[in-house]
Amino acid sequence: MTDQAIAAGPVAGKTNAPRRLHLNPGRITANIALLLLVLIWTLPTFGLLVSSLRDKDQLAVSGWWTALTTSQSSSATTLGTADDQVEENGQFVIAGNVFAAGETGMTLEKFGTSINDPGAYAPGESAEMRQGGQITVATTGDYRWVSDTAFTHSRARIFYVAAVTPRFTLDNYFEVLSSEGIARAFINSFTVTIPATIIPIMIAAFAAYALAWMQFPGRLFLVATMVGLIVVPLQMSLIPLLRMYNNIASVTGGDSKSYIGIWLAHTGFGLPLAIYLLRNYMAGLPREIMESARIDGASHFNTFTTMVLPLSFPALASFAIFQFLWVWNDLLVAIVFLGQTEDKMVLTGALRKLLGSRGDNWELLTSGAFISIIVPLIVFFSLQRYFVRGLLAGSVKGG
Amino acid sequence: MLQQIPIDQLLLAVVTIVVGIGVAILYFWGANWLLDRVVSGGEGTGAAVIARDRMRTAIRPWIFLFPAIFFLTVYLVYPVFETLRLSFYDGSGREFVSLTNWLWALGNSGFQQSVLNNLQWLIIVPALSTGIGLLVAVLADRLWWGNIAKSLIFMPMAISFVGASVIWKFVYDYRGSENPQIGALNALVQALGGEPQAWITLPFWNNIFLMIILVWIQTGFAMVILSAALRGIPDETIEAARIDGANDVRIFFDIMIPQILPTILVVWTTITIVVLKVFDIVLAMTNGQWDTQVLANYMYDQMFRAAHFGHASVIALVIMIAVLPIMISNIRQASSEEGTR
Repeated sequence: MTDQAIAAGPVAGKTNAPRRLHLNPGRITANIALLLLVLIWTLPTFGLLVSSLRDKDQLAVSGWWTALTTSQSSSATTLGTADDQVEENGQFVIAGNVFAAGETGMTLEKFGTSINDPGAYAPGESAEMRQGGQITVATTGDYRWVSDTAFTHSRARIFYVAAVTPRFTLDNYFEVLSSEGIARAFINSFTVTIPATIIPIMIAAFAAYALAWMQFPGRLFLVATMVGLIVVPLQMSLIPLLRMYNNIASVTGGDSKSYIGIWLAHTGFGLPLAIYLLRNYMAGLPREIMESARIDGASHFNTFTTMVLPLSFPALASFAIFQFLWVWNDLLVAIVFLGQTEDKMVLTGALRKLLGSRGDNWELLTSGAFISIIVPLIVFFSLQRYFVRGLLAGSVKGG
Repeated sequence: MLQQIPIDQLLLAVVTIVVGIGVAILYFWGANWLLDRVVSGGEGTGAAVIARDRMRTAIRPWIFLFPAIFFLTVYLVYPVFETLRLSFYDGSGREFVSLTNWLWALGNSGFQQSVLNNLQWLIIVPALSTGIGLLVAVLADRLWWGNIAKSLIFMPMAISFVGASVIWKFVYDYRGSENPQIGALNALVQALGGEPQAWITLPFWNNIFLMIILVWIQTGFAMVILSAALRGIPDETIEAARIDGANDVRIFFDIMIPQILPTILVVWTTITIVVLKVFDIVLAMTNGQWDTQVLANYMYDQMFRAAHFGHASVIALVIMIAVLPIMISNIRQASSEEGTR
């Protein structure tokens, strides 16, 4: 089968450009397989987005996929009993609505008196009821059951076919922003992330240049240490730093949980990766640039600030995006160094709190989650190129 | 909502950025200028000038490096040793108790369960992420819509672990077996005729469902790296094998995989490190209930809920010990590369 596929490949499909890999287990299988994987990967997020825009009552009872089309459903309702009847103008009337209290967006299309034929009558028509009298049901679900003699039954049911019109709304977003502290958390996240991204850059750039192009004893040791520090788990730093901040706060009388504290912490945690990425990039710059600058009499400092730094912009951009995403999405450092009071809680913390306190309110959770992921998604999609480049730097080992 | 905007907080952020950059500029430019003034080339005999030049050249790197070294020492190096020390002290960190905390860990059921769970995570998540990532890389590189596919599979990397937890908690939602299900997984099961389940409470399988979340996020990472590695394989090698009559499957396993084996290793170890640090997912989904506890979450639990620094330090050290082999191997690799420069 494979041999036939190879033979059929260049003929059946377009000829690949020479640089493409000619693996061909059947183009159709490949397409289906990839499509399946992509669907599994994107449907959860898509479901979140769709759900966050749905009417909250509909959201609680039906899956998000039902909101994509108007769906029909057959159902039954118990009508009022003999106790519910009222007398009007010599007739006995039982009235009500076939739809349950929370069901919104339902339109009755047909109804019937027998389970075998729930769609026998159109809305507005009159149907004979076994228990006596006639019933008519409107498209809104309101029914009116009229009889000349008093009702005596204890149980009666009506069957119907209804269409659910999905209702979309931005209400969930308004609610979660105004009453659940998400708006403030959004601002807090920005407050934490932007300085924590900018401050490490200059410190890391200078250090990276020194490790890349300057000669001094212990350079090898420092490079090795940087590489090692990238791997050190965050958990190792938390307790000592927490105690240190508490001690400093008790001495200076300040707050142990402050923005400055978390900015400095993120700087410290982000430096190993920053220095590693930037150093690799700078070391890859052509030696001739350094040497020609040397010949012109420029010092290391000048070479760095006027030539290497501008040339390193792609690497700086890569790290900046990395750091931005990492700090924005971080939960642990924020809880430890900033705490969970409302004026300092970040989006990840607020979302987690929402999961705990409003775990069944999916309209709040889905919209809150989407607010927390929209900024990183925008950053990701617009600057994907730099993000990928940053990942690849130093990760691909040649064969 | 407008009056809620915290002007003072935003002002603090802006001022900090400006001051931070200002201080950095002041330090770097200032220290350099100072060095050049104090240890100036200037007049004097040839030997003296050369000696001063040498001193400037010797000192300058340390000016560049000092802020970085300061931050790294305070925030990473010192804490490692301090945590090690604290593991031998009591809950508040004041009284020396030697090996008590370590013995506690060995006998503690929460700790044992965490280690067992982490082992499962370590075996399953890197393997699945790398495998699926490789599969996608191979498939996408051949199809016209490959780049779009890769972008979409890569996208979860931008989402926070907590956000991903909300997304998948929604997928795993359980409503009771009589009701219509709003969680995608239970709806699928119901449509196929099965019974809906409360997935994250099922013994053993709930761990798998939590792992799926991390696999969902990390596969994009594996895919990007492996895709680049695959592109790096020289075409001649493939063509030569094809001329020799090898079919695609043989080419994949006998030629492509060995060529990118170092990269597969890098991807595997990087994901392993992420797995050991994973805390948000377990915290948000189950908080360790139903036997899903992992080390990183347990450490958080000991640190805040139980407020026992000794216990928490031991757990942190266990995580550190677990990543130590990878750390040493990375350092070795970097040293050998650096040595050739």
